Amino acid sequence: MSVLIYSEEPGLRLELLGKGRELADAMDSKLAALQIGNGNPEELIKYGADLVYVAEHPLLEEWSLEPYRSVLLRAVEEASPSVILIGATKRGKELAASLAASLGVGLLTECISLKLEDEKLIAERLTYGGSAIARVASLKKPHIATVPPRVFKRPEPAERTGEVLKLEVEPEKPKAEVVERRGKVREEVGLEEAEVIVAAGRGFKKQEDLKLLEELAEILGAKIGCTRPIAADYGWMKEWIGISGHKVRPKLYIAVGISGTVHHAAGIRDCGIIVAINSDENANIFNLADYGIVGDLYEVLPALTKALKERLKK
Amino acid sequence: MRIIALLKDIVDLDELRFDSSTRKPITEGVKHVISELDKRALEAAIRLKEKHGGEVLALSLGGPETKTVMLEALAMGADAAYIVDDEGLRGLDAYGTSKVLAAAIDKIGDYGLILCGEMSLDSLSAQVGLRVAELLGLPMVSYARELELVDDKRLRAVRDLEDVDEVVEVELPAVVSVVREINEPRIPTLMSIMRAKRKPTTMWDASAIGVDPDALKAERAVEILDVEAPLVERKRKIIEGETVEEKVERLVKALIDEGVLGV
Ligand SMILES: Cc1cc2nc3c(=O)[nH]c(=O)nc-3n(C[C@H](O)[C@H](O)[C@H](O)COP(=O)(O)OP(=O)(O)OC[C@H]3O[C@@H](n4cnc5c(N)ncnc54)[C@H](O)[C@@H]3O)c2cc1C
Repeated sequence: MSVLIYSEEPGLRLELLGKGRELADAMDSKLAALQIGNGNPEELIKYGADLVYVAEHPLLEEWSLEPYRSVLLRAVEEASPSVILIGATKRGKELAASLAASLGVGLLTECISLKLEDEKLIAERLTYGGSAIARVASLKKPHIATVPPRVFKRPEPAERTGEVLKLEVEPEKPKAEVVERRGKVREEVGLEEAEVIVAAGRGFKKQEDLKLLEELAEILGAKIGCTRPIAADYGWMKEWIGISGHKVRPKLYIAVGISGTVHHAAGIRDCGIIVAINSDENANIFNLADYGIVGDLYEVLPALTKALKERLKK
Repeated sequence: MRIIALLKDIVDLDELRFDSSTRKPITEGVKHVISELDKRALEAAIRLKEKHGGEVLALSLGGPETKTVMLEALAMGADAAYIVDDEGLRGLDAYGTSKVLAAAIDKIGDYGLILCGEMSLDSLSAQVGLRVAELLGLPMVSYARELELVDDKRLRAVRDLEDVDEVVEVELPAVVSVVREINEPRIPTLMSIMRAKRKPTTMWDASAIGVDPDALKAERAVEILDVEAPLVERKRKIIEGETVEEKVERLVKALIDEGVLGV
């Protein structure tokens, strides 16, 4: 009996160790971590692991589903965990689903809370497109759950002892052949930490018009965010806010030309004050906001920037 | 080639409301639709067919509303619909759902490609595609943003991952899940809606595809305990004013009173 954690993301791995430690202590059992490829197993011990399985093999140098899953299955064989936590990156999510399928057990995806109750793993997760929270129970062991980044706190490192074990593996061959990997530019935009965010939606007609938002952001010392289509369809920015993007919690969030779909709403629920500027008085964003101005952003933004300039410069 | 698109019938999330005191979803009377990412998977299937020939079959494990929902799939261009509907199969978890879908796919047979969305938009659970692949012993390509047939035995896809776009090739048959950015689904014309009503829809119950509802219930791996909208109170004040200047003045004042402008 143990808890086993895995993520290919170094930061998320530590967050899983924090939660994993808590669950392992509740069951009076060991916390095991799987490390695939290079890394520092000692660090994982400092952050709470009792056991680190290290797997290395030429087939594991680049990610692919089947080899990674077969290694995870090997670790499951060794550790016989009753709980498996996997980081909910895109790779982690496919790994977890595939693992659950091969083990014939359930899977709780993108959990935002986790606890054990009478041998069951109970989690909270978003449902209905992000508009509601479901409480769900995994009934069969091993319980498998995926956890998104920044849901659980990274634990404090401590001087601890633990075991590092080499996992003998003969990974399964990948079924798909990778022809090419094209790197994407990832920006650390710092949206999660921002105190004030101004965000753009499809109410902006052209990329140049974002200047209006930049001017407002400058006065407010705000970070700039957007909805998914602005980033993923138009490519005007790289990162978006919402269920599939960043979850933000600034003191002040100003949504400009954003309709307020459930997908976007799920990312802004924890904001302090929400302001909406939209020309359609029936836009749902007004239901999600504290203050709304019904109007054309091309008129409202310059006026707002001007008014703030006068107030804040004094 | 025969392409099967897996479509989930869900409540229209834009119309879903929550009871203001219990915060429970009110699903009665809400329109049902094809989960949007599955619709994009269907669109991708239809585009492949338009280019290479073959047929597109739409498959759903559904309920009483699914027949109507599937009309849209037929109107978009699916050649036939298959609906598994059985009282005993309602409310299955992802594990059970995948078993039913795999059994139905098996029964349809002779497929080259199975397409679905990366997740359903109601439950957001993102596992049915992978589970179906595992049950059928097929390769899985997740998060496809582009799809192209190299020949009738090989598919090339661009996988949209956080840090890379991964171009992969895989032998068919395979299961592929798609992301939102793969396409914009077409809106059926009136003509195609009329035609859809004449396309074949096959209804199957559990015994038709050889699954045992009681066994699936007994094997249930996940249980939903409850569902509630989170408690968020918003002021929802629309700022009135004669002119834009007046409105923004009032907004600025409100924000100062809220203490969020640092003055
Ligand atoms: C699986 C999945 C995940 C998704 N995840 C996310 C996510 O994480 N985040 C996200 O944001 N979206 C997400 N989406 C997309 C989401 O469904 C919506 O398409 C998107 O949020 C809409 O963006 P928008 O508000 O910018 O555009 P629209 O919905 O087109 O809204 C534009 C708004 O601008 C207003 N407007 C137009 N002109 C003006 C003007 N001159 N002045 C003022 N207002 C104006 C309009 O009234 C309208 O309300 C996801 C979708 C799927 C399928």
